Amino acid sequence: MNGINKQTANALIWLMLLTMPYWMGAIGGYTELGSRVIVLGLAAMALNFLLGFTGVLSFGHAAYFGLGAYGTAMTIKYLVPSTPLAILVGVIVGTIAAAIIGALIVKRRGTYFAMVTIAFGQVFYFVAFRWNEVTGGDDGLTGWTRQALHLGFANIDILGNDKAFYYLALAVFAVAVGIMALLLRSPFGRTLIAIRENEQRARFLGIAVEQHIWLAFVISCLFASLAGALYALLNNFTDPRALRWDLSGNFVIMAVLGGMRSFWGPLVGAAIFVVLQDYVSSHTENWMSFIGMFFVLVVLFFPRGVLGIIKRKVAQ
Amino acid sequence: MSQLLFFNVFNGLIVGAFYALMALGLSLILNLSGVINFAHGGFLAIGAYLAYTLMPYVGFWGALVVAPVLTAAIGLLVERVLIRRLYGRDPLYSLLLTFGLAYVFEDGTRYIWGAQSLPYPIPSWLTTPLSTEYFFLTGYRLFMVALVGIAVGALFYILNRTRLGMRIRAGTLDLETVSVLGVNVRILRNLNFGLGIYLAGLAGVLAAGMLGLQPTIGTSLIMPSFVAIIVGGLGSLTGTLLGGLLIGVASGITTVFFPSATEAVIYVMMGAVLLIRPRGLLGEEGRTQ
Repeated sequence: MNGINKQTANALIWLMLLTMPYWMGAIGGYTELGSRVIVLGLAAMALNFLLGFTGVLSFGHAAYFGLGAYGTAMTIKYLVPSTPLAILVGVIVGTIAAAIIGALIVKRRGTYFAMVTIAFGQVFYFVAFRWNEVTGGDDGLTGWTRQALHLGFANIDILGNDKAFYYLALAVFAVAVGIMALLLRSPFGRTLIAIRENEQRARFLGIAVEQHIWLAFVISCLFASLAGALYALLNNFTDPRALRWDLSGNFVIMAVLGGMRSFWGPLVGAAIFVVLQDYVSSHTENWMSFIGMFFVLVVLFFPRGVLGIIKRKVAQ
Repeated sequence: MSQLLFFNVFNGLIVGAFYALMALGLSLILNLSGVINFAHGGFLAIGAYLAYTLMPYVGFWGALVVAPVLTAAIGLLVERVLIRRLYGRDPLYSLLLTFGLAYVFEDGTRYIWGAQSLPYPIPSWLTTPLSTEYFFLTGYRLFMVALVGIAVGALFYILNRTRLGMRIRAGTLDLETVSVLGVNVRILRNLNFGLGIYLAGLAGVLAAGMLGLQPTIGTSLIMPSFVAIIVGGLGSLTGTLLGGLLIGVASGITTVFFPSATEAVIYVMMGAVLLIRPRGLLGEEGRTQ
């Protein structure tokens, strides 16, 4: 793709995102579904920062997503009824956990890394599941809602107005995605891609591979916990399923489905996945089988993802 | 107190033997083919439910023999049709594929056999408590440990004493050379996968007798198996066995002192192992791939 094409594509994506609440209804969707695409899309893009651009296979991102969700929910419920503060706490909690676990696993590679991330992902699930008094256990954390935003000049009611929350989520999404894009363009981002392409050569060039991967892991988890914070606010609820391994798998399939090698791929994958899941689960009890079959089909027939295929067509 | 502790250590050993059986199958497949078989728990559930269905026709012992073999046959087929296509590609893809299969298996068993849990009948002489004086112990638990012991012994015999086992071990070290020496690697990987799935099926039948049947039986057991492999060290089957037993005992002991941390403790152990001895207890030096 040449420069002009890329800019047109970017403009098109932002235009679609900005207008989504106004045409979602016409094609059978609803605003909340749009918000879910944004939030899960952010999580998938955060994962892809690591998966697609650093080449590290993490299969446990739901842990940090869920920590963001619980941090946010518990802040509003127990500490202060403030949405921005709650998001901040959620992100800090998720990022600290990622920094610690990242330090333990940064030397593993490939399947080993994947296994360790899967296994560590479950710790927080069990904590949330078992610590009934605080987390609400299996029933989840209820009895709180997202709070209206008090800006200096106006109050924005994001609770009663679905569209207002959508635009809050979109604003947060835009900032997060912007930072990730800048990072990937920076020397740091280029170094990550170098590590992905040839770790040994990067090492010979004197690049501190472990530190770079650790930092990429932490940044990726930071944005995943930001997405988790938004997810809790979206649902006014969070439960241990926000931390569980199946959600980690869903993030990975979103990234692969949309195209791991392209920046916007995971968002496209998230949109397809969210809409498909919404449709299938409202039509059949056996939605798990359909989603599972979908995984198998994507792996066998679309390993490059939607945007990967489009890119290839354009290149030809 | 010490009685309770003793009981829970023993109980932990039983559970650990079970994790080990499952983890050994996972480990076999991972070592030779580099595939993280997320559907391993699904195969376990299939083994359990097949045994349940077959039991009225072939009896308890018949089901114990036949169900794992049938499960292994399904495993051979899945490897042949789906997983074989993904060798040599990024491990991400086989992980995602087996992840999808895990969904299908769990939902499939729920669809066929129902969501409610089913009791798994075992011979009455195995269910009578052998001892209620010190602690509660049924014959079935002892029987389970004995059977796991036999299965593990047989596995190590196959790996160390037979031609197939020798090839599997050689392939784990250097598959290319094994292939050049004239061994059909496709068949080797297929059989190895089947062997791993056989162990999952056997674990399923045994689990059914202890826990009863429910569609999520496999998914709840797969995570501890991952932990067992990591604690024991990647690439070492003895390590996997040891890891399984260790985390079983650790969660058994935790049950006494801090029951709500029963599940979490094994992950703490894994963290400690990664911190102190990153390659795992018996893992090979430098093997971090």
